[in-house]
Order: sequence, then C-alpha cells, then structure tokens
Amino acid sequence: MKPEDYSRVQQEIGGWAVTVETYKLGDVYHCTIANVDPGARVARADGKTREEAESRAIEKATRYLAQTRKFEV
Amino acid sequence: MANVLVNTDWVAQHGKDAGVRVVEVDVDTTSYDQGHVPGAAGWNWTTELCDTLVRDIVPAKKLEALLGASGIDNKTTIVLYGDNNNWFAAWAFWQLKVYGHDDVRIMDGGRKKWLAEGRDLSTDKPSFAAATYKAGAPDLSLRAFLPEVQQAVAGKKAALVDVRSPQEFSGEILSPPGLPETCQRGGHIPGAKSIPWGKNCNDDGTFKSADDLKALYGAQGITGDQPVIAYCRIGERSSLTWFAMKYLLGFKDVKNYDGSWTEWGNLVGAAVEKP
Repeated sequence: MKPEDYSRVQQEIGGWAVTVETYKLGDVYHCTIANVDPGARVARADGKTREEAESRAIEKATRYLAQTRKFEV
Repeated sequence: MANVLVNTDWVAQHGKDAGVRVVEVDVDTTSYDQGHVPGAAGWNWTTELCDTLVRDIVPAKKLEALLGASGIDNKTTIVLYGDNNNWFAAWAFWQLKVYGHDDVRIMDGGRKKWLAEGRDLSTDKPSFAAATYKAGAPDLSLRAFLPEVQQAVAGKKAALVDVRSPQEFSGEILSPPGLPETCQRGGHIPGAKSIPWGKNCNDDGTFKSADDLKALYGAQGITGDQPVIAYCRIGERSSLTWFAMKYLLGFKDVKNYDGSWTEWGNLVGAAVEKP
C-alpha cells in the first residue's frame, strides 16, 4: 500500500516551532509532531480522520512541550 | 553523490536484490510497524543497538546475532534509513563502521522522503534466512571517549563540534523541547563550535551537497585539517554529523563522542561554557 494524503507543515505549539507530519495508510491516519530544532519527535497519534489524528497528537505535544524549562543565559 | 548514499529510486529498484538488505532504524520505534519499505528489516535503537546493561554501544556478540537474524553476512550491502532525516540510521551506520562492516549505505532523505514520494509501504514483517556474521575488532579511531575530549579541551588538539540546537548549546534549555531533561547543567563543552545537525540536510531530508557542507563547516573553521570530535546529547545526532564530515566531506580524522552532553553535562567539576 502507499501513503496517501501526505502533508508536512510547520506551526507553533506553546511557543515552540514544530512540524506536523500526517499521512494515511490503509484506513488509519498517522500524525507525528516533532520540534523544528533539533527535530526530535514530541508526540504521535493515530485516528480515523486527519483531524482526529492531528488533534490527538497536538494535545499530547502541547502537554509535553509545556514541561520544557527555559533558563537565563 | 558519495557511494555511501543511495537515493529512494535505487532502493525501490534494488532493495530486494540478493546481497542487499534494507534496514529501518527510527527515533520513533513504532514507525516501522506503521509501514516500512517492503522487505526492510526493522531495528530498535533502544534495545538492539546498545548495551542495555552498561551504557555502551551494542556489544559485538549482540551485533553479530542481530545481523545474522537479519540475514546479513559480512559481504551484504546494508542500506539504512529512518525518520528524522536518518538520525538513528546514522547511529547504526556509525556502529557498523566501528565494527568494520564494509558496505553500509544510507538512503538519502530517509523515511520522510520515501513517504513524501508516496512510495510503497508494507506492514509485513519479513523473515530472513539466518546468516553468520563476524564483527571486527572495534575501530576506536571513530569513537571518542571522555578522556580524549578532556585532552582536546585542554590542549586544543581537536576541534569540537556541538550539533545540538542553539538553545541547547547556550544552556537556555537542557533537552530538545518536549523531551525529558537528561543533564544537570546546560551549556556546552568549552571551545566547541555550534553547527546544528539539521544544517547538514535539505528540507526534503536529503544531505546537502559537498560544496554546501564545506561552506557550512568552513565558516566555523572546521576544515578537516585537524582532528574533529562531534557530540550532541546521546550521540545519535552527532553520528549524522560524523557521517557528513567523514563520508561527504572526506575528513580523515573525525570521531563521534557518544557520551556527549548526557556525560559531560552531568560530570562533577567539568568546565561548562555558556555564551
């Protein structure tokens, strides 16, 4: 099978630049959110629709990213 | 293109050839199960490409078992690919070179490019006829340990390249955003140059041209005229930079310091620099 409906967009979550990559494989949409720099995966989720997969992944990413502490330099 | 890189077309055409084994290695260890290049093996970096008791790279015997179970012998052409522009594919590449495997290549662009091109994916886990593999003695000219890094700092005998993000380099954050903090102090090893790993890659995940890479590193005084040690947080991002410097730029003396910031940033009394 082939991935369908592939998209990769950049947006901001909680003040952090992230990429949201989504595609459909079979009947399932897969969404992965990674920080833009350094590019590490923050969260992923699946869903029956693009919206479902992305909203679940964004909810997780928002929670994880909120835990990142910033220090004075 | 250096012969350690193959493109997605090549993998589509030759991935199932006799003597070729395609292997996916991801940061996200669930990605392989979602769908992978048909016929590809999947290796888990958290359990299969490390010593799970002592902090170390994969032991030789364990690597031999992994490769044998993947149907790989010493003459197999191994083609690695993975997510995040091949972070952990590069980690696997580096370890295979440490143990002396001759023909290892990386699929340029990795999983991202394969997906974006809408190429075939399979969820079938292939079975392979077991093979016999004999690992070579570790080539420690490719790997830096703490004492060598300390000597490099003290004697300025090697250039240090910090490939983490600028915010990790500066100490503003202690880990990539959204990931657990794994160090006690932020900042960087004194004297290190900041050249984030992502600058090696184009937007589609492929490596930049040798000319672009030469300009990137040259601008920071990293020319290959002196030994270079690359580091990040745990050694996988720096594997990618090590790969670029050694194989795409042809630097003779490049080492990956896999202890990286999770070692240095937790050392009692270690000097830390903040800009």
